Amino acid sequence: MGSLMDISSAVFLLIGSFLCVSGGVGILRFPDFYTRMHAAGVTDTLATAMILIGLMLQNPDGLVVLKLIIILLMTLFISPTASHALASAAVHNDLKPVLDNKESNEKVKTSNP
Amino acid sequence: MKDLFAVIMLSGIYGLLSASFFVAMDAVDVAFTEASVGAGISTLLMLVAITITGRSEHPVRHKPVLALVVVIVTGSLLIYGTLDMPYFGSATAPVHQHVAPQYINDSMQQVGVPNIVTSVLASYRGFDTFGEVVVIFTAGMGVLALLSVVRRPKGIAEIDSLNKSMHEEYLVLRIVAKMLIPFILLFALYVQFHGDFGPGGGFQAGVIFAAAIILYTMLFGMSTARRVINQSLIQLVAAIGVLVYGSVGVVALLEDKNFLDYSALSTDPIAGQHLGILLIELGVGITVASVMIIIFFNFAGRENSEENKES
Repeated sequence: MGSLMDISSAVFLLIGSFLCVSGGVGILRFPDFYTRMHAAGVTDTLATAMILIGLMLQNPDGLVVLKLIIILLMTLFISPTASHALASAAVHNDLKPVLDNKESNEKVKTSNP
Repeated sequence: MKDLFAVIMLSGIYGLLSASFFVAMDAVDVAFTEASVGAGISTLLMLVAITITGRSEHPVRHKPVLALVVVIVTGSLLIYGTLDMPYFGSATAPVHQHVAPQYINDSMQQVGVPNIVTSVLASYRGFDTFGEVVVIFTAGMGVLALLSVVRRPKGIAEIDSLNKSMHEEYLVLRIVAKMLIPFILLFALYVQFHGDFGPGGGFQAGVIFAAAIILYTMLFGMSTARRVINQSLIQLVAAIGVLVYGSVGVVALLEDKNFLDYSALSTDPIAGQHLGILLIELGVGITVASVMIIIFFNFAGRENSEENKES
């Protein structure tokens, strides 16, 4: 049973670390603000959640698991809100997303006065 | 770098990074303080400050060569100085020869608080901490003296209409903040009263408490916050914090002990120490929280009042 816990914890931690790295790559590689924020948002929520779940499985102690659950709940509340605030601030200041074809670019301009 | 916003963000990141290397050096209390004060509230206050001063730096005409030379010379002298310092963690370092062993060995018998950092901060070095609290209080008074603006309070109907227009714009933020603020306040109180047993204490608790109030102010507007928190009351509370701290010391004086010797507070010296530390941490927390709120209110209120003048 112990090895099962260890393996599943390792899997969760690995997924979390992979998402963290991919988020970092995304912030560097993506073309504009909104897509970069999407990458950062993945790191904020999913990667953190995966790593925290992995840590929970590492430690059978009830109090530690409870604290980690509280941290997880807090991040699940705060990170999307922060991303939302950031995105709406960008929209508010008329930051346009970079789009490939000109047509959709025009569309955005007309729909976002 | 000319953009002050970016400069402030960088200094906040620096604060968070230094907090993490304090954790790596096992100084959790210092790391906690650095994370809450250095990365949190000071970044916030500087951000409020640039809403008054403007976002970009004025162009400098003189060439900064002289300054660069001075910085390089001073920096290399400092690095040269570190070569003589004992290695990190070396047992023969002067720090570990002087009072530190006494604190570490005797703290449990003399003060009886599990967190040695708290016992050093609040009991052995109570006088220094008193000085720090007075410095914070003085900073708050300075801000009040320089920036205090008397504002015509808005009518309730005006506030309500403003509130409604803001409500749609900040809907998500407001709802999440409403859910989180009670927990932030609760966490601040936990940090305040758990300081004897784990990392934490009055400074961090005060800052976290103030952060919750500032969050409320930013999302629900200055006028609403002024209705919740009375300005003159909060100034009184800031003074009361210092007064609590000082009067604990005076009580010790009246009992023929040294200033801030808490064993005078009770017949049992250990219980007296516990009570004293609890009281002065409370004083520190109250003062820090209210001074931070005062500074924020005055900075933010000033920006509003200048907008009013222009319009």
